[in-house]
Amino acid sequence: MSRHVVAPTSEIAPGERKLFTVKGRPVAIFNLGGQYYGMLNRCPHQGGSLCEGIVTGLLQSSMPGEYIYSREGEIVRCPWHGWEFDIRTGQSYCDPEKIRSKSYAVTAEHGADLVEGPFVAETIPVRIEEDYIVVEM
Amino acid sequence: MSVQIRPTAAATSSSRLAVADCDIHPAVRAETDLDPWLSQRWRDHRTTFNAGRRIGMQAGPAYPKSQPNASRRDAQPPEGGRQGSSLSFMQIQHLDPNNVKLGILNPLGSGQGMSNPDLSAAICHATNEWQLAEWTGKDRRLKASVVVPYEDAAASAAEIRLWAGHPDFVQVLVLSRTAEPLGNRRYWPIYEAAAEANLPVAVHAFGYGGSPITSTGWPSHYIEEMTGHAQSSQAGLTSLVIEGVFERFPDLRMIMVEAGFAWAPSLMWRLDKAWKTLRAETPHLKLSPSEYIRRQVWWTTQPMEEPDPREHLLDTIGWIGWDRLLFATDYPHWDFDDPAHVLPLKISEAQRQQFLIGNAQAVYGMVA
Repeated sequence: MSRHVVAPTSEIAPGERKLFTVKGRPVAIFNLGGQYYGMLNRCPHQGGSLCEGIVTGLLQSSMPGEYIYSREGEIVRCPWHGWEFDIRTGQSYCDPEKIRSKSYAVTAEHGADLVEGPFVAETIPVRIEEDYIVVEM
Repeated sequence: MSVQIRPTAAATSSSRLAVADCDIHPAVRAETDLDPWLSQRWRDHRTTFNAGRRIGMQAGPAYPKSQPNASRRDAQPPEGGRQGSSLSFMQIQHLDPNNVKLGILNPLGSGQGMSNPDLSAAICHATNEWQLAEWTGKDRRLKASVVVPYEDAAASAAEIRLWAGHPDFVQVLVLSRTAEPLGNRRYWPIYEAAAEANLPVAVHAFGYGGSPITSTGWPSHYIEEMTGHAQSSQAGLTSLVIEGVFERFPDLRMIMVEAGFAWAPSLMWRLDKAWKTLRAETPHLKLSPSEYIRRQVWWTTQPMEEPDPREHLLDTIGWIGWDRLLFATDYPHWDFDDPAHVLPLKISEAQRQQFLIGNAQAVYGMVA
């Protein structure tokens, strides 16, 4: 397991997402209100690119005709077949017991702390006055 | 909300088995793309009156789709235009990385089922010219369907005969939800012309016949339409068998497209049982219903049923026959099946090859 600096935090505004390659793997990183979450960019169903899905809320129902809409902006839907995943945990909603997208721990770190390592930042110049997105993989 | 995508290395075609994709949907960027092949008379008509279908009071499909233009959200061409309208993007996103050696074009929303029979015929003909000029003429992997105004069988037969023998046309396209059941004699000139031209007839799910989309009325949800294609296609296939289409045209090949296939065994079992007891009602049937179906019908695979456990799919395919299924992706539509993921099953290489390309080459008369 190593820690990878992928971008300054300013590259992904709240509510947005971006695709990175970490150790050769495509990782979609989401910014949910200043917290960062990483997800392998392959849907466990047929491999659709989750980064390109719509981000939406969770619609549930206690019985036919009643609707509960919550967690706006915290669910991503695969752009192919619409399978839904919790951005924070990778849990699926079509089969939560068995199916989840692969999650990676992502943190925001101060540049000053990063200089001390151990971090892998092959292509990102790190400046002490900025904050960076770090993926653990 | 914005999405930023960095280019990543796509799978190379050499890493994947060659496939035939028997259901690709090319789209026009705008209706005016067909203008070069439409007379001024029909261009004016379209501008002035537009085109009605046999479903009243609405434009577009009977049930709104869950994705824009029923397409994958990653299938929008970078240069703009609707999903499926860019050959170069189709090549980059689908044909090249998925190693598609043979791609069958099924243009939808292309004049079929329009209420005005002459407008329907004109737009279908223009669509056929457009397929040659914009698609098959520019990428030799792609083959076209003769799109016919199927509610007017005489006009359809004339369109089929016009293209008979053309190497770029490999099948005739009709939709499943016709105004009368598919086996009705009003449609026989289509089957006669197709058999004469040695072209299979593909029956693609959807259509504008005007009847409710299930046999018990209009359902409330899109998911019921999605699932209901299995019902309407079974009704169509039953009609083809029972009316005697396969008895009358023994060389005709039919391909059921995008309606599932797991229903096929139970339909054959049920038809055969009823036929034994009711034989005298339809004495024109010399063979059992399943014998006609096994002789003359194929199915495209997408959207594949996904039973749990997946091995049940092997039983089902075994009941239908490994030689009857034609792999399809439905690109660029949202219920796309990826050839690398549809068969996560322990099957022989020979079966995998048949499923992904061999059966299609046999049906379309292509040399392997």
